[in-house]
Amino acid sequence: MATTDRPTERSRLISGPGTLLVWLYGVMVVGAVSRSAVQISTEFGHAPLAYSLSAVAGVVYGFITYSLVRGGERARRAALACCIGELVGVLVVGTWTLVEPSAFPDSTVWSDYGVGYLFIPVLLPVSAIYWLRKARSPKGEVG
Amino acid sequence: MLDALTVATSVAALALAVWCGWAAYRDQPTKDWHFIGMGVVTLLTVVQLVVGIVQLARGEKPEQGTTIFVAYLLGALACVPVTGFMSLTERTRWGSVTVAAGGVVLAVLEVRLYDIWGG
Repeated sequence: MATTDRPTERSRLISGPGTLLVWLYGVMVVGAVSRSAVQISTEFGHAPLAYSLSAVAGVVYGFITYSLVRGGERARRAALACCIGELVGVLVVGTWTLVEPSAFPDSTVWSDYGVGYLFIPVLLPVSAIYWLRKARSPKGEVG
Repeated sequence: MLDALTVATSVAALALAVWCGWAAYRDQPTKDWHFIGMGVVTLLTVVQLVVGIVQLARGEKPEQGTTIFVAYLLGALACVPVTGFMSLTERTRWGSVTVAAGGVVLAVLEVRLYDIWGG
């Protein structure tokens, strides 16, 4: 286990297709965070659930973007977990908005599976999960 | 004036997207000519920001609020330069794909700007 003493170089997650992912996640961060900031500060009472969900989505996107830029095995796993959470979120909220529209007087980033954002919210986690699994470091188990 | 600019910018953004998409298809990174193209598109968004602010100063009101309007103008301005820098650090076809995605995002922002202004 001599290798664990050496500071292992972090595997880069933003090379190749990762560049595109960082850009799209960055766009979603700006979109979700600024949208919810404006809506929460001006008309929170109108649709508190929808605006809070947008804010949560923005935070999740922010964390994934940070993890991708940071790189390394731990960041890769954290990002992978968040992407799965994101995918579950999009599917649950998307279904929820279709089944019970009355709970959402205004739409969220994840409404109707992200139709207002060209379905990027549902396509992004799928491609990110694929990319992050492929980018797994060849050494395997590194904390 | 603003509407014409919005249309021109979105057309230029889509042209940039197709151009860089073509480069990516041919497995090429972004080159000098692409950066000139990005410069042209960015110049359009700068003009748009200036014209937008002048319109606001004249007392015209965007239909969906001044804050959102200015936020989208700034977002449109930042869009292509950011992808340009990312393509400088990623000298493969994926840099070109990223700039193409930046062009598409800018075109979407222009459509939203058109709605926000109340065209």
